[in-house]
Amino acid sequence: MSISEFLSTPAEMCRREGANDRIVMSSRIRLARNLRGFPFPGWAKKADRIKSFEVMRPAVESLPMMAGSFSEAMENLSALEKQILVERHLISREHAAKAAGSGLVLNKAESLCVMINEEDHFRMQALCPGLQLRQAWQSIDELDTALERVLPYAFSPELGYLTACPTNLGTGIRVSAMLHLPALVLAEQMNQIIQAVNKLGLAVRGLYGEGTEALGNVFQVSNQMTLGESEVEIVEKLNKVLAQMIEHEENARATLLEKKPKMVFNHIGRAYGILANAHSISSKETMNLLSLARLGFDLGLFPGIQRSLVDELFVITQPAHLQNAHSEKLSAEARDLLRADMLRERLKPVKRPNPPASPPDAPAAET
Amino acid sequence: MLCNLCKKNEATVHLTQIVAEKMQKVDLCEACSKEKGVSDTTGFSLADLLLGLGAGQELEKGSSAGNELKCPQCGFTQADFKKAGRLGCAECYHTFAEGLEGLLKSMHKGVRHTGKVPQALRQSRELTDKVKSLQKKLEKAIAEENFEQAAVCRDEINQLRQTHGNLLPG
Ligand SMILES: [Zn+2]
Ligand SMILES: [Zn+2]
Repeated sequence: MSISEFLSTPAEMCRREGANDRIVMSSRIRLARNLRGFPFPGWAKKADRIKSFEVMRPAVESLPMMAGSFSEAMENLSALEKQILVERHLISREHAAKAAGSGLVLNKAESLCVMINEEDHFRMQALCPGLQLRQAWQSIDELDTALERVLPYAFSPELGYLTACPTNLGTGIRVSAMLHLPALVLAEQMNQIIQAVNKLGLAVRGLYGEGTEALGNVFQVSNQMTLGESEVEIVEKLNKVLAQMIEHEENARATLLEKKPKMVFNHIGRAYGILANAHSISSKETMNLLSLARLGFDLGLFPGIQRSLVDELFVITQPAHLQNAHSEKLSAEARDLLRADMLRERLKPVKRPNPPASPPDAPAAET
Repeated sequence: MLCNLCKKNEATVHLTQIVAEKMQKVDLCEACSKEKGVSDTTGFSLADLLLGLGAGQELEKGSSAGNELKCPQCGFTQADFKKAGRLGCAECYHTFAEGLEGLLKSMHKGVRHTGKVPQALRQSRELTDKVKSLQKKLEKAIAEENFEQAAVCRDEINQLRQTHGNLLPG
């Protein structure tokens, strides 16, 4: 079975729900693990990598939680298939660039994915919709415990799990959540939030886009330190910070609606106008406008549609997903045309946003 | 402003981050920020970048009298670490322990692991402790000429060794 046949459709994927998914799009926990007795993948000779891969792959496939999984060596996946896995956040960009001696094993529910011979021998992750860090930790902890029964890990009682990069040493854990924070961005409070969260030793960055730019107002919050704190302490720290960020975003939405409703409705109305009527649109512009449409949905401006429609458009307008829906190789310009066609088609049944009439006592503040 | 990494191109990506009250700043050009995965979706951390900048020098502090350390297990050297920002194998942590310590201190909350321990190791540690305390009890019993008690201890130790011998050292 090919990976495209194995993966759920974007529509199915976006219908998965979790706590607080209005703001937290997904929760993810990744563990880095290495085998005893083999050099780390980046330093290993190709022959060694192939040898370790042949030990690791069957071990992962044999785990009960990976029954019925998709398992493949990276060299057997096409560039497009790898890119689709990246766009689904199932593998890293780095892993997509790997060839012989690397691979992945993905469970049926797409909630557990093990990258083999990435930067470490194992990069295993649990992915859950919404805010479910404890659930993600439980799943990945179980997988890890099952795997350690069949394979000897490189572990030191003082330093913990030994990783190729010292930044991952100890727990080897990266706990992260993907947040949609349009109101904090519109209210120009995001920099302040980033600074405050940084002070707690956590990183915040745009999930899409280059450098500090955050396309689609989607941010990823994650721990940076992995040594000297336990996994549960790190998970709970993230939980605490995320709860505060959710509250800040909700407050920012309420404040914007109260103080600058016209500004908010203007942004959302224009976003709808372009998305539903453009004949050529880039991936970048699409993401930024879909973010506003998602905010519009949350504010009740699009009655009769599901949030999953907006989330699905987020996925299927990404370059590899768009290419995948067409047999001929597309240029960037051709993709922009097709993206616009697809958006117009999918937004046809969606009525234009209808802001509530402003209450008589609220001043219609101009921006 | 020049890029901190290649020191050739104009820096266009400026990163500031405060970790444990320490302010860290990195300025990068477009090419280097891409190469270092600043736009990557899973693993970028500033510590990673800083590794590339200062880690090699940190590690050198660990080498005695200028002769370059080399991992006996995998042949990895400090120069390799400087280049890759990654180590060669698990044994490298032992080989470069001295130089790594400062680096670990600067990027983590502590320098000792306090998290999960593989089950087999945890069990073997618990068993070792148990056998040790039984041995103490045994010696004490012998010293006090309490031979009945000593026999009980000896039986318990033997039983542990028989059933869990694979988990006990030596
Ligand atoms: Zn540069
Ligand atoms: Zn080594």
